[in-house]
Amino acid sequence: MGAQLRVYRRRIKSVQATKKITKAMELIASARIVRAQNQLNASLPYLTQLVDAVSAAASHASDVSKHPLTAKSVNSSRAAILVITADRGLAGAYSSNSIKEAEALTRNLTEKGMKAVPYVVGRKGVAFYRFRNRPMGGTYVGFSDQPTYAHAKEIGEDLLKAFMTPSEVGGVDEIHVVYTNFTNMAVQQTRVRRILPLEVVEEVVEKNAEGGSTLPFPLYEFEPGPEEVLDALLPRYIDQMVYLSLLNSAASEHAARRRAMKSATDNAEDLVHALTRAANAARQAEITQEISEIVGGADALTA
Amino acid sequence: MSGPLEVAVVSAERSIWSGSAKSVVAKTPEGDVGIMRGHEPMLALLVEAPLRIELEDGSKILVAVHGGFFSVDSDKVNVIAESAELAQDIDIDRAKAALSRAQSLVESEDLSAIRRAEARIQVASA
Repeated sequence: MGAQLRVYRRRIKSVQATKKITKAMELIASARIVRAQNQLNASLPYLTQLVDAVSAAASHASDVSKHPLTAKSVNSSRAAILVITADRGLAGAYSSNSIKEAEALTRNLTEKGMKAVPYVVGRKGVAFYRFRNRPMGGTYVGFSDQPTYAHAKEIGEDLLKAFMTPSEVGGVDEIHVVYTNFTNMAVQQTRVRRILPLEVVEEVVEKNAEGGSTLPFPLYEFEPGPEEVLDALLPRYIDQMVYLSLLNSAASEHAARRRAMKSATDNAEDLVHALTRAANAARQAEITQEISEIVGGADALTA
Repeated sequence: MSGPLEVAVVSAERSIWSGSAKSVVAKTPEGDVGIMRGHEPMLALLVEAPLRIELEDGSKILVAVHGGFFSVDSDKVNVIAESAELAQDIDIDRAKAALSRAQSLVESEDLSAIRRAEARIQVASA
């Protein structure tokens, strides 16, 4: 066998082996998207109930805007950014999109005279900040593809602790989350959301048929009291926001990985195709050469 | 005011149980509260304790709830907890281990860990 042909065959084999791996990763990612989506949907009833309860408690509590979690600091000097990235690569631009968005937000905050402190989820993001020697408020790795509520709670508690600490002694005045929203299989967008201080939206009081106004919520009896209920619910709300961001990001990560692996598989297929053509041409050239050598040899003998 | 209570138990990760029931007994920071149909609207915090749901046929379901609240409104009871477990989902050996671990931390400030483990064991062994 000619040297050229051997090289082609070797490359075809190697590309086919790679293709098997990317194909397997594509299938695994597809299966995990479905699971992540189910997890996302399963967490929605809790969120709706929680939001309803928070709004109800807030509308009964004496002065919501004075609550430490909703009160806006007069001059904010430090802000935390929770950046959600992947633990592993091979997911296209998923992690770098998140980081890019976080960097844009950092610039934005710096212009406003604030110092941004990154809290990073996922090894890719941690590697980015560590390589640049930039201090991080917290790092959370090892669960970016399968987050659980316990993880979200851990992050939520850290963020809340930082928020309750005065910014002069290392606390923060604002908390933003950079996550990737999972709209559907084809569309995922990087988004920024501010989770603290909370925006208190005054509910529009609807008029009922008789023309009188009704409260948007039933007149709940609060146990122990509206303020205590609100105090207990707001940290849960933060945890839940973090959890939702993690779930959305996990689903997006799988979708991004599936897309990246699909195009890798397609590329491998094209490459095998092109290499097979080239190998065939090389084999044919070899045969042609052998024939012409034989004919040449026979001619030399008869002449 | 007719028909049974509609009860839904939801944890942060998934929906645990839903169906109609005769009554619900829950423990709030101020004591046990029993809810039957026609109860006034209420929003209360829960402490770590078993939640008792009595079904229409008289049988009972126990749920171990940790860190949550419930709301009652027009005969609908929504129990929302950070974590909630039915008896069959509880690993009793693990709960017992957690209890002894929590108790071994003498004078531990974390009483909720003890209460949580106790609630689990109560639910699982009922």
